[in-house]
Amino acid sequence: MTQAAPAPETQASPGEPLVVLTDVNKHFGDLHVLRDINLSVAKGEVVVVLGPSGSGKSTLCRTINRLETFESGSITIDGQPLPEEGAELARLRSDVGMVFQSFNLFAHKTILQNVTLGPTKVRKMNKADAESRAMELLKRVGVEQQAQKYPAQLSGGQQQRVAIARSLAMNPKVMLFDEPTSALDPEMINEVLDVMAGLAKDGMTMIVVTHEMGFARRAADRVVFMADGQILEQKKPEDFFTNPESERAKDFLSKILTH
Amino acid sequence: MSSLFSDYDIWSALWTTIKLTVFSAIGSLVLGTIVAIFRLSPVGILRFFGTSYVNIFRNTPLTLIILSCSFVLYIQLGVALADSNAQDFAAVNAFRLAIVGLTVYHATYVCEAIRSGVNTIPLGQAEAARSIGLTFGQSMREVVLPQAFRGAVVPLGNTLIALTKNTTVAVTIGVAELSAVLKTVTERDPGSLNLAFLVVGVFFVILTLPMGLAVGWIGQRVAVKR
Repeated sequence: MTQAAPAPETQASPGEPLVVLTDVNKHFGDLHVLRDINLSVAKGEVVVVLGPSGSGKSTLCRTINRLETFESGSITIDGQPLPEEGAELARLRSDVGMVFQSFNLFAHKTILQNVTLGPTKVRKMNKADAESRAMELLKRVGVEQQAQKYPAQLSGGQQQRVAIARSLAMNPKVMLFDEPTSALDPEMINEVLDVMAGLAKDGMTMIVVTHEMGFARRAADRVVFMADGQILEQKKPEDFFTNPESERAKDFLSKILTH
Repeated sequence: MSSLFSDYDIWSALWTTIKLTVFSAIGSLVLGTIVAIFRLSPVGILRFFGTSYVNIFRNTPLTLIILSCSFVLYIQLGVALADSNAQDFAAVNAFRLAIVGLTVYHATYVCEAIRSGVNTIPLGQAEAARSIGLTFGQSMREVVLPQAFRGAVVPLGNTLIALTKNTTVAVTIGVAELSAVLKTVTERDPGSLNLAFLVVGVFFVILTLPMGLAVGWIGQRVAVKR
């Protein structure tokens, strides 16, 4: 993170819980996608969520900023429960960065406008300040040369780095990554993971859903393993990869680590 | 031909047709956008109103809507849209009532064109907008509608062309637009009727053909690349 950026206003000090999920349940029709999820993420912590497809990890990520609703339980961010809808929810979302698998850059806006939209409209920052801050962030993620282009003119890896800059521009308290490298060509994965690892190193609180085991080993403070909508294990990465307890985790690791 | 132009005020009729088209187009674009926002809104009651509006007015014949503007709105309910002491009250009032009718009717098509434009936008665009903390209104204004309009240029153009030709219905409440000339010619000078129909027909082609070309060109220019 650039040090020029003002620190997010947060009451939690390092080590205190920032995102807390308590007994969260959700169904998609008959499918119980989240079963009694309990998860606490401390300020500054990097949590990587692993699990087979359909395990509910993306849903978990999207539920944290209420892109998905949930039926029971509670989610608090920095001590505040998630509001149902409306302006309160919008305010809370502005403090929670989200990076999507499919980038979702605003297709009709330039790269620079993508990054300044939130700060000017939500934070009411003036245009010049927002732009100089945006250029700083674009430089940090290495795409400042592309500032005047449109998203479709950039490679996937560049687009995803812009998406990260767009989130960072809001000075989020926590960042959610929903399979950020799954839609990328192999040679572009590392440029995105490097930016994420840099963020982790600078103390950003991160919840990352990914299939990148290397990143989990390298950057995570904790690995959360999910299957069938449940959290089965939570461990330090080394522990998890060398000594998984549950059958599901052993099975999962045997399938992905043998290649 | 010269007698047709000298005996009848064709140029002024053409001008009235153009004015009807322009004002009704602006009106239906504004009203249609509002109805579209209602139909896309997260609030159930607004969606209900939006859907009801479209279902009622899209399924009512335009002639009936225009006639009710005059007979129900003005004659029964006394809603006059011009200064009743003015010399040209009847003409101005009928002209404005016709604009109301055309606007109400074509707003439904504008609404549906915009909704079809919204459907061209991947869901992730709105999710990303919400994720950075934009409210519903802001994400509509900044992210969804600008892309929806670009995706809706062609269907909006269709509606504009249909509207241009539909202004001829205004003759039923006495607006002196192009088809009113035909009515007068029929009554006074049936011998010139073939020529009059040809002239009016050509005028409409002159009005609508460039619209079609412009729509195609604009549609390509503003298309959002993904």
